[in-house]
Amino acid sequence: MLDFSILTENWDAYLTGFKQTLLVSLLALVGSFALGTFLAILQIAPIKVCNWIGTAYVEFFRNIPLLIIAFFLYTALPTLKIQLDGFQAGTLALIIYTAAFIADAIRAGILAVHKGQSEAARSSGLTYIQTMWYVVLPQAIKIVIPPLGNQFINLVKNSSILTILAAGELMYQADLISSRTFVTFEVYIFVALFYLVITIPLSSAVRYLEQRLARTS
Amino acid sequence: MIEFNNVNKFYGDFQVLKNIELKIEKGEVVVIVGPSGSGKSTLLRCMNKLESITTGVLTVNDLVLSDKKTDVNKLRRHIGMVFQHFNLYPHKTVLDNITLAPMKALKQSKEKAQQTARMYLEKVGIPDKADAFPAQLSGGQQQRVAIARGLAMHPDVMLFDEPTSALDPEMIGEVLDVMKSLAKEGMTMVVVTHEMGFAREVADRIIFIDKGQILEDTNPEAFFKEPKEDRAKLFLSRILNH
Repeated sequence: MLDFSILTENWDAYLTGFKQTLLVSLLALVGSFALGTFLAILQIAPIKVCNWIGTAYVEFFRNIPLLIIAFFLYTALPTLKIQLDGFQAGTLALIIYTAAFIADAIRAGILAVHKGQSEAARSSGLTYIQTMWYVVLPQAIKIVIPPLGNQFINLVKNSSILTILAAGELMYQADLISSRTFVTFEVYIFVALFYLVITIPLSSAVRYLEQRLARTS
Repeated sequence: MIEFNNVNKFYGDFQVLKNIELKIEKGEVVVIVGPSGSGKSTLLRCMNKLESITTGVLTVNDLVLSDKKTDVNKLRRHIGMVFQHFNLYPHKTVLDNITLAPMKALKQSKEKAQQTARMYLEKVGIPDKADAFPAQLSGGQQQRVAIARGLAMHPDVMLFDEPTSALDPEMIGEVLDVMKSLAKEGMTMVVVTHEMGFAREVADRIIFIDKGQILEDTNPEAFFKEPKEDRAKLFLSRILNH
């Protein structure tokens, strides 16, 4: 049987970790969404240098481990006199890493929007940026909500690597509890449940959004 | 108002437009006809720089389109365009479709833009659809919204790229009626179409184009009675006798 006292006696630690994971995830979600969208536009803008920068970014960060980015920000940046704490370095690493995947998804969405949409907008005198912002992106994002949702769920789960930067999130708290109590079995089962408390509502929210938006078109 | 001087356009090695000489005056209704692939849509799309010309000089509204310094957004604010597939924004209501460009490109207030939009919706006969989404409208209604969207910018000229080709036959009439009333009010119009009835009734001039060349540029009567070029005769016999 599971020993629930691990949960009740360490409730405060779990809750602290839960809040921290939630905060990191929210910040990284907003940040990576904004950066990813920007990168997607760079990749398809009618300017060669922008395409090159966007593609280089995506290819580079999508193909290296998140852990390297996190370590780099945490341990290598101080040599350049930039000091980030575990929370800042971890959140930033998550943003930088996830943005590459989000850029890829959004770029696919932009390309899936019918060319006539931007032609109609441009021919009415809207600028490239206005056309993107008001006409193409809203439709593109709608198309790629399912893959975006997957990326956001990955992001929440990936936040667990912040434990090695002592960022105080769920996984970190679980490690602490386990090293204090010498219990491993329950500690990790309960921490898994806390992750599910975030990710399952998140995936239902994505599904709901998908259905709701499907109705308006 | 629109002037092509020895304009050529290539897609790679393929020449879509050959030595185009064409002048369209204010208030004229010009219908461009020709077989598919003849370059008629390309010719039209050059007029608002959706396509760029390769050589020659193209002047629209006193702006030289072939000049790199020409502000293309400014040019386009004065040219309305209606597409074969309507290209309404599916995520916006009819009213928002119409007010977007006036608000963002002309910086009109929301109230003014909406007032203008409702006026043009009235004009195209669907004032009750302001809050509908495009997907809730028939093809004919969507195309009328697209026309209202073009008119809301108070353009100097309206370009129509096969505006009825994607419509069910029974909806073609309602769109053509709107276009006819526009023509009567003196709007400058350039229309690519296969609707010969419309061309005969409304056009001031008919341009016949084949393989990227303008073969005829004449009034509808002359064009339909006795076209000078064999290619035009063949085209007419195919399109009219079925």
